[in-house]
Amino acid sequence: MMSYRSTFAYFINHQTPTIMFDIERWQEIFDTIRKNKLRTFLTGLSVASGIFILVILLGFGQGMQNGIEKEFKQDATTSVWAWPGVTAKEHMGLNPGRRIRFKNNDYEMAGRLFKDKIEYESPRVFVRNVNIVYGNEALVYGIQGVSSEFQFIEGFSTAEGRFINYKDEVSLGKVAIIGKKIKEDVFSKVETPVGESIDISGIRFTIIGVFNEQNEREEERIYIPITTAQRVFNGDDKLNTLSYTLPPVENFEEAVAQAIAFKDNLRDYLKEEHIVAPQDDSGVRVWSAMEEAKRYYGITGNMKLFFWFVGVCTIIAGVVGVSNIMLIVVKERTREIGIRKALGAKPWSIVGMILHESIFVTSISGFTGLIFSMTLLEVVGPHVEIDYIVNPSVNFNVAFSTVMVLILAGTLAGFVPAWRAAKVQVIESLRDE
Amino acid sequence: MIEIKDLHKSYKMGSNSLHVLKGINFTAEAGELVAIMGSSGSGKSTLLNILGMLDGADSGEYILDGVPIKDLTETKAAQYRNKFLGFVFQSFNLINYKSALENVALPLYYQKVARKERQEKALNYLDRVGLKEWATHLPSELSGGQKQRVAIARAMAAEPKVLLADEPTGALDSKTSYEVMDLIQKINDDGNTILVVTHEEDIAHMCKRIVHLKDGVIVEDKKIEQVRAEQYV
Repeated sequence: MMSYRSTFAYFINHQTPTIMFDIERWQEIFDTIRKNKLRTFLTGLSVASGIFILVILLGFGQGMQNGIEKEFKQDATTSVWAWPGVTAKEHMGLNPGRRIRFKNNDYEMAGRLFKDKIEYESPRVFVRNVNIVYGNEALVYGIQGVSSEFQFIEGFSTAEGRFINYKDEVSLGKVAIIGKKIKEDVFSKVETPVGESIDISGIRFTIIGVFNEQNEREEERIYIPITTAQRVFNGDDKLNTLSYTLPPVENFEEAVAQAIAFKDNLRDYLKEEHIVAPQDDSGVRVWSAMEEAKRYYGITGNMKLFFWFVGVCTIIAGVVGVSNIMLIVVKERTREIGIRKALGAKPWSIVGMILHESIFVTSISGFTGLIFSMTLLEVVGPHVEIDYIVNPSVNFNVAFSTVMVLILAGTLAGFVPAWRAAKVQVIESLRDE
Repeated sequence: MIEIKDLHKSYKMGSNSLHVLKGINFTAEAGELVAIMGSSGSGKSTLLNILGMLDGADSGEYILDGVPIKDLTETKAAQYRNKFLGFVFQSFNLINYKSALENVALPLYYQKVARKERQEKALNYLDRVGLKEWATHLPSELSGGQKQRVAIARAMAAEPKVLLADEPTGALDSKTSYEVMDLIQKINDDGNTILVVTHEEDIAHMCKRIVHLKDGVIVEDKKIEQVRAEQYV
């Protein structure tokens, strides 16, 4: 009996270079496939559907991640907000319970100090105790003065008209932009509110735009330029909020680190300016959307892990399936193998024949499944926009590798039955009726 | 052609060892037609396995056409089988999804004969067993006798030195059996060496020599007057 190793060496030396180009072998395999259409079809179908299911599954995993990410993009996840509070601790001779106020100066200084770290910035001031009138209808909505960049911080999109621009700010423009809800409630009679005028405490403001916001509360707001709000209504340079967004970074962990660092710097600076004790967090309050988002990103991460887990299980199921089919095929062909051996087939020629055929069938059907599922994802994917599932898609390399793994694993798993088949006792296999 | 000296073979059955062949001495000249007879368990299948290089002996010598058959690797055995031996089985053992022609051509595939030449040769052998018109038919479309003739054509296609037939008429009615035996006799008339394992007396008497096996030893080895099968066809 030839040892395993020397048999293998023989195979390497004599058989390998000719396998792919052995036309006789290919003809023999095509013959076998043609004459066994049903068996080949069923084998191929199970492999193809396995790949199909796996790719669709991975695609939806990705879609879910896209969906969750999208939910957060709408709220400009890198935004950082600061607002004044009341001190809780005595500091440098100042009593606790002191109310802190932010001024334009704070905004400008912070803007200059953190210039490199900021993407967009906007102050905000609340306009209170004003009467809003449209035609002869009194409106009860909150008015806020903001700068032109505020739209990027809140992640607004303009439904009609435009947002406040720099020119409005400089020229103390009497312009207002309203939420979609206000448009529906108040301006339902006119085609568009853009161009209509409203009266705020006796001053005419022209509506220049309508903005979209998912949050209904925010859609009941009217924005006017910060400068107009301060000079015309409040008569001082007090600010209610400082808001910022940070430049985007690829890596999420980096983004969180950046947000925390900026938040700390901003708070330290404001505390120092307003003589608040470093340990006193109630004097100056800072909030970062990123930290909040981290929680949800954590969910996405777990979700991705879960889908990978499911994917790997599917691959394992696929491999087991392919091996199973191989086992059955070999079992079914035991007699044929016995005949071939009696006619002088060498063991490696039997192994080669079975593996060659199975690799051929699994490859063709594997890639068919891959093409079908990828096409489906490509065609249908971009149109899918259910809550939390957006554009399910799959990385081609991942899908391709999966198919290769499946083929390789199927081959390895099929090798054992093929090898056993090559070892069948001819007389026994032929006598077994 | 075949020379066997003091051949022993035993099988392990759990802790017991079953001694199947207990020193077989046997010689067959070229052109002989030998019937090997014996009841089941007499060791005739084991002897056929060893003669067919499908199993190795524990001890003893086996020389086929001057080549000692010893310590064969599976690959070497396959080569010798392909070159020296043709098999005919009781249950025909044609590959059911291949046509008669493709079945006959199969041993030539393993001899690395080119496809076209293979098919020409195969057709020639099919013609010799009288089945040229059936070349494209699948085994399922052939009668038992026709299947066995295809199987014989396949065994002969490789031009073997020895034809080993294991109960070649076991699955056939007597008329068809005689047809098959007629064919075997004619092949033998051409000078081919043939060994037929059988338990049927009338089939055995259509050979030229009968070897009786019992309990792993040859109890009788006699030359006989051959009964021609032709007269019954």
